[in-house]
Amino acid sequence: MTGPTPVLSVRSVGVRFGSVDALSDVSTSVTEAAVTCLLGDNGAGKSTLVAVLTGVLRPTTGRYLIDGAPVELSSPRDALALGIAAVHQDLAVIPLMSVWRNFFLGAEPVRGRGPLRTIDRARAYRVVREEMGRLGIRVRDPGQAVGTLSGGERQSLAIARALHRGARVLILDEPTAALGVRQASFVLQVIEEARERGVAIVLVSHNPDHAARVGDRFVILRQGRVLGHFDRSEITPDRLRALMSGQYESWDTGRSPGQSPI
Amino acid sequence: MSLLGNRWTRPEVGAAAGALLVWAFFALVAGEPFRGGDGAATYLNAAAPLGILSVAVALLMIGGEFDLSVGSIIGVAGMSIMLLTVHFGWSVWPALLVTLVFCLAVGLVNGLLVVRTGLPSFIVTLGTLFILRGLAIGVTRQLTGRTQIGGLDAVEGFESARVLFGSTFVGGLRVSILWWVGSAALATWVLLRTPVGNWIFASGGGPAAARRVGVPVGRVKIGLFVTTAFAAYLVAVTQALRFTGADALRGELQEFRAIIAVVIGGTLLTGGYGSAVGAVFGALIYGMVQQGIVLSGVDADWFQVFLGVMLVVAVLFNHRVRDMATRATPREGGGEPT
Repeated sequence: MTGPTPVLSVRSVGVRFGSVDALSDVSTSVTEAAVTCLLGDNGAGKSTLVAVLTGVLRPTTGRYLIDGAPVELSSPRDALALGIAAVHQDLAVIPLMSVWRNFFLGAEPVRGRGPLRTIDRARAYRVVREEMGRLGIRVRDPGQAVGTLSGGERQSLAIARALHRGARVLILDEPTAALGVRQASFVLQVIEEARERGVAIVLVSHNPDHAARVGDRFVILRQGRVLGHFDRSEITPDRLRALMSGQYESWDTGRSPGQSPI
Repeated sequence: MSLLGNRWTRPEVGAAAGALLVWAFFALVAGEPFRGGDGAATYLNAAAPLGILSVAVALLMIGGEFDLSVGSIIGVAGMSIMLLTVHFGWSVWPALLVTLVFCLAVGLVNGLLVVRTGLPSFIVTLGTLFILRGLAIGVTRQLTGRTQIGGLDAVEGFESARVLFGSTFVGGLRVSILWWVGSAALATWVLLRTPVGNWIFASGGGPAAARRVGVPVGRVKIGLFVTTAFAAYLVAVTQALRFTGADALRGELQEFRAIIAVVIGGTLLTGGYGSAVGAVFGALIYGMVQQGIVLSGVDADWFQVFLGVMLVVAVLFNHRVRDMATRATPREGGGEPT
């Protein structure tokens, strides 16, 4: 694939669970200021690939490269240190805690030193308002419980948090799956804002409409393999849908995806 | 304006109102003996040991775990102090120090077992509850033939330790009240003002989410088990020095009373939400009801009924608050009808 140097790429990655190949020979890449959509039906291997990309899972075979250099990730912490952040659908934020406490969780701004360090709440409030504002979200009270936010706002909070912590690659795992139409649209807008800021975004979805709306590149997974890479100009939601479900013969590889389910 | 973001819905508000109500009730029913300074000293003294325990248990429960072994730790710690001094002839301070190390180790083991095995802390600490109680009784009886030991006042170092742990200061108020207030202030500061406090809330409210952003959930929980064990130790020390002796059965059921006080104080049984100040009010309510019933001349048997009712009411109230806190409120910019 030509174009700008990919921020992150995987080469011939395979993951094997016992005698089952969850992923085989997957090669793909992610570039800056672009939304790369990872699509596939349930069981296509999306979650496994996300686990590899975020350092949760070590691939059985293949290489992982960042800025063209091979790396070995042994935990999500390693991935975070390299600027790869994941936002998960359910695990993003803690409903009983306030917006600012969630935003800074694990990286609280402090003042003072030693055992007497305290959280700098004034700074926390200011930064939350600023960072959310940059994504087009107005926060009225950073002290309010996240549970009182809408689903879209919660996802956006998690995205803003990842960006604030210096994420260059943002992996969004089904950010719109549990949301209604307006909320999903809200999150997609936030994704576009993040792309404007130069972030490389991986959008994992099984919703072709959402993917087609913000995606620049599309990677279709099926039965643990890459069925093909497509550019924005090559696809429509209907074609994506057909590719995902396997009712469409792949023209990228010429391989028959097999009989369609159902 | 969001209802739950605002300051009126701090977890302890219900318990504070409850304490006021209970006080007013007994001030009317029991009259002057309850209302006056002596009355206050009576219920504050009664509430202090439970209060010390409850503050630590509140932190642990906010962190999403239970510790049923705290009552047994009180028993074991008391016996350890008495055996080392009266039986083995140590002076008071070394005995206090060694007992402290032992109690912290028990907390560490509780924490490690829970975190490493992933088993519910309810079961793990139920195990340590029986192990420690059995040890306290068994070892003491083996060595001395009894389960109660007295005579601490004859041991070297008693006076200095008594001043710190077992004396009274103004008007019959015991020094344990100062320990109670001090630990509550410290716990509140940690919980609300420090990063560790943020991690405690997160460890109980969403451990998986917390781990993903780098919170050392396991270490936080282990630290909290050590904290509850320390609180139990502190209670044992204040009691041993005040009574100049200990009983292997001391502290029985305190684990449940502490949970009751914490829950009355607005902390969720499921973790992630609560306060140390609430636990202070919870213990205060406990002390006021216990002494108030006696002072009003009602049969003390009714105390337990009252306590149970308070618990059920508190749980219902807390979970209602939790539901309100976790329900999305429709707002401009997109409320979905779901």
